[in-house]
Amino acid sequence: MAGLGGRMSTVFKAKISRLLDKSEDPSETLDYGYQKQVELLQNVKKGIADVVTSKKRLQMQSSKLEQSVVKLDTQARQAISQGREDLARAALERKTVAQTELQSLDTQISELEAQQEQLTANEKKLRTKIETFRTKKEVIKAQYSAAEAQVKISEAANGVGEEMADLGLAIQRAEDKTEQMKARAGAVEELEAAGTFDDLTQLGGGQDDIDRELAQISGGAQVDDELAKMKAELGSGDGGEAPQLEQGEPKAGA
Amino acid sequence: MIVRIAGEGQFRLPDEDAERLNELDNRAVSAVEQDDEAGFRELWSQMLELVATDGHALEEDELEESTVILPPRDVTFAEAQGEFTGEGLIPD
Repeated sequence: MAGLGGRMSTVFKAKISRLLDKSEDPSETLDYGYQKQVELLQNVKKGIADVVTSKKRLQMQSSKLEQSVVKLDTQARQAISQGREDLARAALERKTVAQTELQSLDTQISELEAQQEQLTANEKKLRTKIETFRTKKEVIKAQYSAAEAQVKISEAANGVGEEMADLGLAIQRAEDKTEQMKARAGAVEELEAAGTFDDLTQLGGGQDDIDRELAQISGGAQVDDELAKMKAELGSGDGGEAPQLEQGEPKAGA
Repeated sequence: MIVRIAGEGQFRLPDEDAERLNELDNRAVSAVEQDDEAGFRELWSQMLELVATDGHALEEDELEESTVILPPRDVTFAEAQGEFTGEGLIPD
């Protein structure tokens, strides 16, 4: 058998036959096999716990990104009220990128949640199989001759082994996926941090590389629309509704 | 025959299905070889569908080895390029 099936079953069969070769006494092999299964089940549990931890980290990243979106929006409004359309545009471009990333992150988090449920269900299934193996090994010990027992052991142990490897692979996949997501979300966070307008005057009017890149990614249309809307909102008030700056008072002018 | 879908579990299928599954498997290999992702997706969903239609899930306390192990449902095309090669998942 080629592919996935081939790789997996070869590994178990090699392990089981090594065990059977080493041991003259099938009941020893059976007990050892069971003990090994119980040990490996602990690894599986730990693996699932790691996936849960990674998911929680992603959820934290998601709420950080949400905060970024709010912050960049506020900054854009502040920039407009100071007459700095260039800065407002830069903030909105970053906001668009953060929003896009947030959406994809949230989708992936719900996918991961579904996977986590599946992993937990499969872990339960594996526990049942190990329990079955435990019962079966006592029957084999009691009822079969050494030669017959060896065949029965292989069958039963391979059944458990396959289930175990399958779950191991599923956990690995889920972990790989969260790593990729974490890296992407982290990159967007850094971008946001790099563009923090703590001091509006410091950023200057010139576009840096990040700005140019952002403008390309986010596509101008959405930013233009939002900018126009914000300007209309802020301009329509008679000054009383002007947003407060986070730090200090707005300078006169604009 | 017993088919496992990676990450989902094992299903018992009538032996007659082996031929049909093998045929789909071979066609999936040639789709992958021709870099035809759409073609592969179509064949892959037919394989899954065959298991869903004809297969009965094994009981939790059955200890059986699978005749064939299919990759996870959400297998990427890049992953498929590693799995669906040569004689495919099912040797001819």
